[in-house]
Amino acid sequence: MAELTYRDAVARGIAQEMRRDERVVMIGEDVAGAGGVFKTTVGLLDEFGPKRVIDTPISEQAILGAAMGAAMTGLRPVAEIMFSDFFAVCWDIVVNEIAKTRYMTNGQITIPLVIKTGNGGGLRFGAQHSQAIENWAMAVPGLKVVTPSTPRDVVGLMAAAVRSDDPVLFFEHKGLYSMKGEVPDGEIIDELGTAVVRRAGTDATILSLGLTVGRALDAAGQLAERGIQAEVIDVRSLVPLDTRTILGSLAKTGRLFTVEENPRLLGWGAEIASIAAEECFWDLDGPIQRITTPHIPLPSADSLEDLVLPSADVVATAVEKALQS
Amino acid sequence: MRLPLSEHGYGTHQVVLPPSDQTRHDNDEIPLQKRLDLYRSLQEMRQFEKRAYDLFMRQLVKGTSHLSLGMEAISAGFGAAMRADDLTFATYRGHAHTLARGVPMTPVLAELLGRSNGLMAGKGGSMHLTSVEHGVLGSYAIIGAHLTIANGAAWSAQYRGSGQVTVCFFGDGTTNIGAFHEALNYAAVYKLPVVFVCENNLYMEYTSIADITAVAHPAADRAAAYGLQSQIIDGNDADEVYGTATAAIERARRGEGPSLVEALTYRHGGHSRADPGKYRPSAEVEAWKQYDPIPVYRGRLLRLGVDEADLDVIDKEVAAAVDLATQEAIAGDLPDPASAFTDLWADGGSSWRN
Repeated sequence: MAELTYRDAVARGIAQEMRRDERVVMIGEDVAGAGGVFKTTVGLLDEFGPKRVIDTPISEQAILGAAMGAAMTGLRPVAEIMFSDFFAVCWDIVVNEIAKTRYMTNGQITIPLVIKTGNGGGLRFGAQHSQAIENWAMAVPGLKVVTPSTPRDVVGLMAAAVRSDDPVLFFEHKGLYSMKGEVPDGEIIDELGTAVVRRAGTDATILSLGLTVGRALDAAGQLAERGIQAEVIDVRSLVPLDTRTILGSLAKTGRLFTVEENPRLLGWGAEIASIAAEECFWDLDGPIQRITTPHIPLPSADSLEDLVLPSADVVATAVEKALQS
Repeated sequence: MRLPLSEHGYGTHQVVLPPSDQTRHDNDEIPLQKRLDLYRSLQEMRQFEKRAYDLFMRQLVKGTSHLSLGMEAISAGFGAAMRADDLTFATYRGHAHTLARGVPMTPVLAELLGRSNGLMAGKGGSMHLTSVEHGVLGSYAIIGAHLTIANGAAWSAQYRGSGQVTVCFFGDGTTNIGAFHEALNYAAVYKLPVVFVCENNLYMEYTSIADITAVAHPAADRAAAYGLQSQIIDGNDADEVYGTATAAIERARRGEGPSLVEALTYRHGGHSRADPGKYRPSAEVEAWKQYDPIPVYRGRLLRLGVDEADLDVIDKEVAAAVDLATQEAIAGDLPDPASAFTDLWADGGSSWRN
């Protein structure tokens, strides 16, 4: 068991899979010589050499096109899009090509591809480097969508993503890169589409993802002091979605809260709230509540960014108020 | 030839015609059987697409379709020059490129008709023809995207040491989108075994490419800036295309990197099913019909001593094959409704939750 940072866990997860399978290759801007702008690919070039770890031009369409073409023809690439905001630059390749090709070709072409990216806010980068866009990806048929919240999960879910025969968008949270956590020795392999109960409780279910997992846990700690036992679920994977764990928890607690970084309109919490309302309405003891950022781009100043990202205090207050009403 | 403004819908522009000497490849060292195969290939593409057009008119082909009548020599020439395991990336105007790799007519026609015996069992349609078995890794309907994907297939071949070459077809309009430029630089940087083939038919959809492009040769004039070897050829002469394709593919196979071919050609019809192509001056259309690849090639074969009757036999055999493919395609069942929900994911299904 070793303590690793979240960013080191990314490199460890990729290296684990590159050792196992020489079809796994890594490409992206600054991923080789520099070890990644977020230092998430440190050591890969040294261990696997320039044939397998490749620095690219700043050409997001070319990067993802190359990754797709290689994945169609026998490789299992891991491609990096530095900041998830930049997906907008290459969204055609992601949505029209990578996501649709298997279906359009009636299963003739399979695309075992991982696109990793730094997602989310909290680092004062401003509106074009801070967005949480996992909900964009979730809306597209053909993309799997994963967001780990701990170093251990980074390794296990990265391994699952690389071994998946489907394209996976792997959203690393920029705000978690320096977070440390215990990671067991040896090979770790997780399963996509599995949510994890991070804290058990009986009074309310709080769904969280990436950065908001820690905030939901802090909120649950505050709530416990006030006599409310909240169950905190780390959703981990939006597609496939572990509705069994989520709705099972709701059946137990009767109250559902989602905590997400997405702007208010059409975040992932909206979809889960809709599923819960359709399928578990009679389990609900009160309205479902979504805790989100407001419907704005993220501001840069620390005082403003902190104001709009869901904090533990905001979550605790919202849950307490709802349960008392 | 230069047309005055009054004869052209969008202003004057240089109409690029191939050199008028249609005999210059008569003495190329190409085996006669290869030439007869090329002729058959041209006939297959021509007669297949004419049939596809007829089926549109009968409302049997739905949606849209983009024909390459008049442009067949490019597909035929490259198809003849490619190794069986080489890879093709085509555009939405991809019927001929697909047939050029040996994909049978029946599943292609059935796909246009939306039948279960179609190449993709009705999930792709005219614009997305794919046959992995024949190295046809798809036809792509978003301008420019597939150049970057072709790079990836070439990278994979290079990594695996398979010796495969990727041939990527695209139109002149593609050269004004960013992905074209990203893809060319990327291919050159990594010396990928890819041949980019611009089918310059002079019109970007409904607009003359010359009217909206700053350089005369939209692909070739820019390729050099990215370090690619490029050449401009008569895309209506199957022998010229075949010779050029052979050299470019062998160059890529030797590890000497990507190259670009700008093949000048002309579509006889409009951009797509809905377009009669009336924005083109009639003098221009007539001038280019002098360079219709089929009479050009037939003339060469006759000069080389082939019996006209032997060519007529090929024409009739192709016609019979198109008739048979039409019957088989129309006889195909409609797709099983359940198939709409299969093959999103590699497990064969489309489930997004447990």
